[in-house]
Amino acid sequence: MISLLSGDRPRSAVLSVILLAILVVLAAAPFAFPGAQALNTAAKICVFVILVASYDLLIGYAGIVSFAHTMFYGIGGYGVGLALYGWGATWVSVFGGLALALGLGIVLALAIGLFSLRVRAIFFAMITLAVASAFAILASQLSGFTGGEDGRSFRVPPELRPAFKLFEEPVLGLDITGKVLTYYILFATALALFLLALRVVNSPFGSVLKAIRENDFRTEALGYRTVVFRTKVNCLAAAMAVVAGGLNALWLRYTGPDTTLSFAIMLDILLMVVIGGMGTLYGAVIGATLFIVAQNYLQKLMAVGAAATEGIPLVPHLIHPDRWLLWLGILFVASVYFFPTGIVGRFRKAGPH
Amino acid sequence: MPLRPLPPNPDRFSMPVLETHDLTVRFGGHVAVDGVTASFEAGTLTAIVGPNGAGKTTYFNLISGQIRASAGRVVLNGRDLSGAGTAARARAGLGRAFQLTNLFPNLSVRENVRLAVQAHAGGGGSMLSLASGHRDWIAKADRILAEVHLEAAAGQPAAALSHGDKRKLEVAIMMALEPMVYMFDEPTAGMSVDEVPVVLDLIRRLKERRDKTILLVEHKMDVVRSLADRIVVLHQGRLVADGEPGAVIASPIVQEAYLGVAAPAAAATPAAPAGREGAR
Repeated sequence: MISLLSGDRPRSAVLSVILLAILVVLAAAPFAFPGAQALNTAAKICVFVILVASYDLLIGYAGIVSFAHTMFYGIGGYGVGLALYGWGATWVSVFGGLALALGLGIVLALAIGLFSLRVRAIFFAMITLAVASAFAILASQLSGFTGGEDGRSFRVPPELRPAFKLFEEPVLGLDITGKVLTYYILFATALALFLLALRVVNSPFGSVLKAIRENDFRTEALGYRTVVFRTKVNCLAAAMAVVAGGLNALWLRYTGPDTTLSFAIMLDILLMVVIGGMGTLYGAVIGATLFIVAQNYLQKLMAVGAAATEGIPLVPHLIHPDRWLLWLGILFVASVYFFPTGIVGRFRKAGPH
Repeated sequence: MPLRPLPPNPDRFSMPVLETHDLTVRFGGHVAVDGVTASFEAGTLTAIVGPNGAGKTTYFNLISGQIRASAGRVVLNGRDLSGAGTAARARAGLGRAFQLTNLFPNLSVRENVRLAVQAHAGGGGSMLSLASGHRDWIAKADRILAEVHLEAAAGQPAAALSHGDKRKLEVAIMMALEPMVYMFDEPTAGMSVDEVPVVLDLIRRLKERRDKTILLVEHKMDVVRSLADRIVVLHQGRLVADGEPGAVIASPIVQEAYLGVAAPAAAATPAAPAGREGAR
């Protein structure tokens, strides 16, 4: 277990319990929650754990601020989506599309890295922003190929369709449909990629990333070529984002600008990293889970709250479900204000080292 | 033409490890280092002295690559490094301890040194092994920390160290790189009296190994006298004296330019700096 975690334990009892709970709930989600919304939420958490963890590799470990992460996410989504749309609903399309997307994503990350990681951080951020915007415009303009703003709906391989049943009989009262199978592909990939990221940050390579974040001038003076390290981690994070995008397309059976390329998703990723705790990776799990659960259930919770407080003046208006975005905003401002080092940083400081 | 009242030490025949040829850098109209030509042999310790602003640290920066030279060459073991970057020069064997402490503040003291050990071992590229699994690197880092008497602080973040301990850590990082050329930039500056001997002993032990080339920028003349085989004097970016410590310190040019004693020879010196010094 410890070696799976690359010796990087959560280092706080509360944190360990929370993380274990998230792991168990995600692993058992199809059995524990029968509804479609619950499973959609769990799937989205799995996808975002990959996306946020890979972004944390950049911003939290290497100190690289990139706004192009959704572009790589989109490349994965479009790669798998358009392959399934154009070549038919086969596994060849899934893996062929993913491979093409990985190739394009890594080449783009390499190019952006080599051209711009030498310059100051702010310029790199600007360049990624420009490239990502260009890519988003390209995706919506090439409507004959990408489906434009409407995106593309497509069929997935038969084994992943809801009508498919892995076994004749239900297992523990649940039919193992193609949808459940798809969920477990997402879950297993997320778990594997998270553990891989954890391994990378605790490797000699990862220790150099942390050194670059701390003092890139000194890292260079030790003999490490910082631009090489930065470019490598940029490619790795891009590849993980591509996989996350591909999985998301597989789950939604749809790909379009709003689900992958929109700048709103980039902001969500940033918030999840900051809320969870930058440079901790475990923060990616907690940040993604908290954010997505809040996004999906705050409205419902507020409806319950508003109904319960019906007699009291003002209160029901304040927590009316229509105001959920306001409360989401307040929650985030409060969490950043009270936990400047993120939730993980907060618990680590409180707990014994 | 830089003034050279003393010829370079003639009784050394060994191949120089490090050479600089007409090394020059201009910042706008200001020439910070002006055509410095010098060579340094293995097993010697050369002190580089000169008043503030003489270009000593800039000279170091030109050698280790933090600043690119406007003209001139840096040659290490016969290999021209003038076009190489900082990282390549460090890998080639130029070690540098910085004057203004330059550490990884939030990483532990041990990790600061371990990163240097790892750099020397060429092991930074491995993504899938565990850094903590390379026990030999950690053991070596601990050994070096013990040498500079920092073993007790190994677990602390570098930022928590006292000023003197930070300087020692700076030296420890350079030791871990095992360079051919050690460049110490005022290693004892700001240290308390009882801390100074630790660093000086270390430099002395390095020197006794006879295979390392040591360059030392130092203001304390007693330190220079006790350690240096040779003294190079920089003044206003130029090399004005080069030779055995006793002779250099006694030479009129050093007495006047560096120690600020107006020597009678001043009138005979054609160089502009000397004239200005003499006017004071």
